[in-house]
Amino acid sequence: MNDNPAVNGNHAMNLEQKSMRDVFIDAIYERMKGNDKIFFVSADFGSPKLDRLRRDFSDRFLNVGIAEQNLLNVSTGLALEGFTVYAYAIAPFLTMRAYEQIRNNLSLMSHVRELNVNLIGVGAGLSYDVAGPTHHCLEDISILRNLPNMVLFSPSDWYLVQEFADYSLQVKAPKYLRFDGKPLRRIYGNGSGINSGINMKDGFTEIKKGSGICIVSTGFMTHRALEAAARLARQNLDVGVIDFYVLKPFNEESFRKVLGNYACVITIEEAFINKGGLDSIVACAVNGMDTHIKRKHMGFGDSYVFDMGSRDALHRLYGLDEDGIIKNILECVKDLA
Amino acid sequence: MVWIKVEKNDKRLLIDSITKKARWVRKETLKVHKIAQGTRIASSLSCVEIFSVLYYGKLLRHNPKDTKWDGRDRLIVSKGHGSICLYPILADMGYFNLDELARVCREGSFLGAIPDPIIPGYETVNGSLGHGIGVGCGIALALKRKGNERKVFVIMGDGELYEGAVWEAVMFAGQHKLDNLIVIIDNNKACMLGFCRDIIDIEPIGEKFAQFRWNALRIYGHNVETLYDTLKGLAEGKQDSGQDSSQDVKQDMGRDVGYDVGPNCPTVVVADTIKGKGVPALESDPISHIRNLSPDEIDKIMVTLP
Repeated sequence: MNDNPAVNGNHAMNLEQKSMRDVFIDAIYERMKGNDKIFFVSADFGSPKLDRLRRDFSDRFLNVGIAEQNLLNVSTGLALEGFTVYAYAIAPFLTMRAYEQIRNNLSLMSHVRELNVNLIGVGAGLSYDVAGPTHHCLEDISILRNLPNMVLFSPSDWYLVQEFADYSLQVKAPKYLRFDGKPLRRIYGNGSGINSGINMKDGFTEIKKGSGICIVSTGFMTHRALEAAARLARQNLDVGVIDFYVLKPFNEESFRKVLGNYACVITIEEAFINKGGLDSIVACAVNGMDTHIKRKHMGFGDSYVFDMGSRDALHRLYGLDEDGIIKNILECVKDLA
Repeated sequence: MVWIKVEKNDKRLLIDSITKKARWVRKETLKVHKIAQGTRIASSLSCVEIFSVLYYGKLLRHNPKDTKWDGRDRLIVSKGHGSICLYPILADMGYFNLDELARVCREGSFLGAIPDPIIPGYETVNGSLGHGIGVGCGIALALKRKGNERKVFVIMGDGELYEGAVWEAVMFAGQHKLDNLIVIIDNNKACMLGFCRDIIDIEPIGEKFAQFRWNALRIYGHNVETLYDTLKGLAEGKQDSGQDSSQDVKQDMGRDVGYDVGPNCPTVVVADTIKGKGVPALESDPISHIRNLSPDEIDKIMVTLP
């Protein structure tokens, strides 16, 4: 059995919860010490960890105010002059208020000019559960995947986030970093048994091998997938889990190779389904394969979530909790039989 | 204007030569429109003198052989559609071959109806309005942090001021004292569907900027000498709140005069212009923006131009 406490379902006592933004801000803070070409720009969005960065690098920290469009435009200008920029805001506002600025000034412009702007969007999916649908972010993967030249990073844990810090400096392209708003447990890294599996170029890791059925998930939903897989393992059902963290660009050939080991794939995401999100990535990959693979997509239907309650409660309501996932998997088992 | 150092006679010669070049630019712009009817001619005729003074007045530091030269002033053309007059200037400066002007919008050309940053000499994307000033703010701040003393010029239209993102940038520039940022508004007073005063009247424009801690100048944007004196002062880092005293001022400036809000401020130059300048049929037309001139009309206009 895998020694990863996350995979075997006992991770609560082993792995410390951390917030992705705090881990990333600390990592950037360390790099700002030795690199005076880094700017950190916020649209009046904070974090306890941001305070020392604001204080110690006051000449390279900017608060543009509640002005996401200008956040993007100012960041573009800084990047055109050679700065690596981290632009920080709440995910739905960053991606949707300033979408045309992202399209024209980052995606389109980076066709001719090198621009290293890292958009840090906090509040992926239902992170801000009780704040309601204006603060939920169910569209970002779909709309940003559309834009050429963009890198799309959707991590499931803070260890990946930490690993991404150097990558964000090295890969000089506009990027969207889709961070969860809640502290999450670690999946990767020392003691997990899968620390060597992180591959930013592949864009995904098969964190649990299975037979017949695999779950493909991104962000927070990978935690749900692992929990469901661990429960099924206790019933002697071996379900694979693939965690997708670089949604664009990724190694499609490697992905198809892994998918080829399965007969059925279930995608799980906190996003609208059939709208261009993770499900579409998987569907496109499967469509290009010789072998027939059955697909099932889990996410939200064509409707916003006005219901009140915790993320767990909302997931239960929409069948995205462990029980819902297991139900879908068991249906697949029946279909395959 | 007190800071003009050029000898009087030398200056006269320079103004004459810019004027001649501006006439050539106006004609070349019409010639481009003759073969490329998708270009916005009226908006491109109102800023002929503005661009001509910046380039032929040698106020803008630039290097056609090295478009990324760090010692260049950054010119952000935010009203991209209305900058077709920059095509002949860039060709004349050596950014690309003059022959290219005969291929605008044709298959294989890099010169389109809306300029793109694939064109040598264009710094940024400009097809959608209201982005240039914010990007200009980022560049201006970056230059300051790098200790680079070059200026950032942003050319905007007045209709563009309706975009909310513009005012996010206006507030930002005032707050951060971006005194290396110079915005020139080609105030041709018309949008696509009519005169701005009938859509949303935001005059006096300079006053609005001054409220956000910008120095504001108001000048007549077709007078080469006035433009030269004003922009030369700004290019040399001097701020002046004086209002244009040119005899050529025909526009109603209302109560918008100069606003001197103090040192270390960004500057806006509201240049009163006429949309479709040089073509009487366009000058009087509130929807000149979407008027195309037929090749025959252009031939007739050409002989009337100085």
